[in-house]
Amino acid sequence: MSIQGKVWKYGDDINTDVIFPGKYTYTITDQNEMAEHALEDLDPEFAGKVNKNDVIIAGENFGCGSSREQAATCLKYAGVGAVIAKSFSRIFFRNAINQALPVIDCKEAVDYIKSGDEVKIDFEKGELFWKEKIFTFKPLPEEILDIFNDGGLIPHTRKLLKIKKGE
Amino acid sequence: MGKTFTEKILALKSGKKSTVAGEIVTVSPDIVLSHDNTAAISKKFKQIGVKTVKYPGKIVVPLDHCVPAASEKYASNHKIIREFVKEQAIENFYDINTGVCHQILPEKGHVLPGTLILGADSHTTTYGAFGAFSAGIGRSEVASIWATDKIWLKVPETIKINIKGKIPLGVYPKDIILYIIGNLGADGVLYKAVEFSGNVVKEMSISGRMTLCNMAVEMGAKNGYVEPDEKTVQWLSSRTGEKYEIIKSDSDANFEKVINFEVDKLQPQIACPHTVDNVKSVSEVKGIKIDQALIGTCTNGRIEDLKIASEVLKGRKISKNTRLLVFPASMEVYAEAMELGIFQELVKSGAVIMNPGCGPCLGAHEGVLAPGEICLSTANRNFKGRMGCKDAEVYLASPATVAASALCGEITDIRGYLK
Repeated sequence: MSIQGKVWKYGDDINTDVIFPGKYTYTITDQNEMAEHALEDLDPEFAGKVNKNDVIIAGENFGCGSSREQAATCLKYAGVGAVIAKSFSRIFFRNAINQALPVIDCKEAVDYIKSGDEVKIDFEKGELFWKEKIFTFKPLPEEILDIFNDGGLIPHTRKLLKIKKGE
Repeated sequence: MGKTFTEKILALKSGKKSTVAGEIVTVSPDIVLSHDNTAAISKKFKQIGVKTVKYPGKIVVPLDHCVPAASEKYASNHKIIREFVKEQAIENFYDINTGVCHQILPEKGHVLPGTLILGADSHTTTYGAFGAFSAGIGRSEVASIWATDKIWLKVPETIKINIKGKIPLGVYPKDIILYIIGNLGADGVLYKAVEFSGNVVKEMSISGRMTLCNMAVEMGAKNGYVEPDEKTVQWLSSRTGEKYEIIKSDSDANFEKVINFEVDKLQPQIACPHTVDNVKSVSEVKGIKIDQALIGTCTNGRIEDLKIASEVLKGRKISKNTRLLVFPASMEVYAEAMELGIFQELVKSGAVIMNPGCGPCLGAHEGVLAPGEICLSTANRNFKGRMGCKDAEVYLASPATVAASALCGEITDIRGYLK
């Protein structure tokens, strides 16, 4: 699988409160409505302008803070094709996999790529194309890749429990 | 080479002889926590297609994040949860009259040394104060555990943080953990297990150890841990009759790093907007006007915190330009504070005593901020928008610093109030 999109670049320690504010955590349950508030307190323009398969690039510790899964869900449903960062907060990383939102650890790429640049990502090969350059990244470990490939943890659990569609 | 606490417990809970840092294991947790997010989790659980949770006895559900309900939406959310716990025969349900999850899990005897606790809340790290392995997870993961009793975890490397010396007057566990976070940074121990040790931790109360482990996640830790001792055993004896096994790191365990902190010369600390690692000495920022002061939350809402605050406020009035909100961490703390006369002192000083719960910490209700306002809080997070308004500022400090600052209406060095 590969995607191509425009880059939205942010800094270090982007926390879950600015990705999806706490005041919405128990009042918004619809995933598309969550998307309307994505990055609201960081970049108010983002939710209105983001296109399908656009890519977020950030520094260290992306997604730090709360365990709220909506931080991953809102980005996924806003159309974000991948988040590339120097490092991720562990709960956000898990939540992203569980929502089938690709998360890529690629320290080197972050320093080169700017907001508005176009990038292409080949997830299987672990390659990130930017201008004339190709950055490589390590694909996820097999156990975790399975969850991602099944479309997230809920469908993955259905598969493990051998529950068929419609049941 | 010996093993760390975390390597040992993850081996035990995954049915393996041993594990080594970096390995991915599948574990069965002993306790699974969810709070007001239980309604959303129950929706995911139903999507899985399983009718009943596998082990209702492992599930603990306290309502705390927005209690009592602030609006119809919150009320409906609580209603779904009450119906779900009934339907699933989940007995460990704690309604709005109990307190913050991280306080009541230990209080109600759900936290034991040598157990593995996962929760849909990042501050689940708190239970490491009792020698448990505890970490935050997401909503889908809780739903999946309810159905399967299994989850994958990566065995983290352990960093040992030695805290040594003699704590100076006016310095509390909150100041110590803020100092450490400021020093190591918000990602200072990203994905690592942290073991707090040293004479300061040994001498520290259970309440103080909870403050350390609660905030371990603010520097990126997967879990925090304090080796259980007589104090732990004593504390637990009145909470539970369950047997437990204390698990400790071997003396020759493979710690990734040992970091030493000396507290002898430490001053009261404060985290400035908008990150928890933007830590300074209170003396550097004193004089900043505060509109609201908050004492409470899972970080600092225990009886010793309220006691310290009441000692500072006793016989004095808070500034007319500041409002002071006090949120006891649990109903048990609330009752004890009443018995000890703490509330009288606080109320006479001008404080508003609120009900046990998370209050405005996550911006839901009960004292959210207006644009341009500044709040000094004993909570654990000060991110932009955290207390409900992106144009407000939140500072974090100890209950003593917050109390002294409420008196003056500005950030104040507590040491001027102590002898």
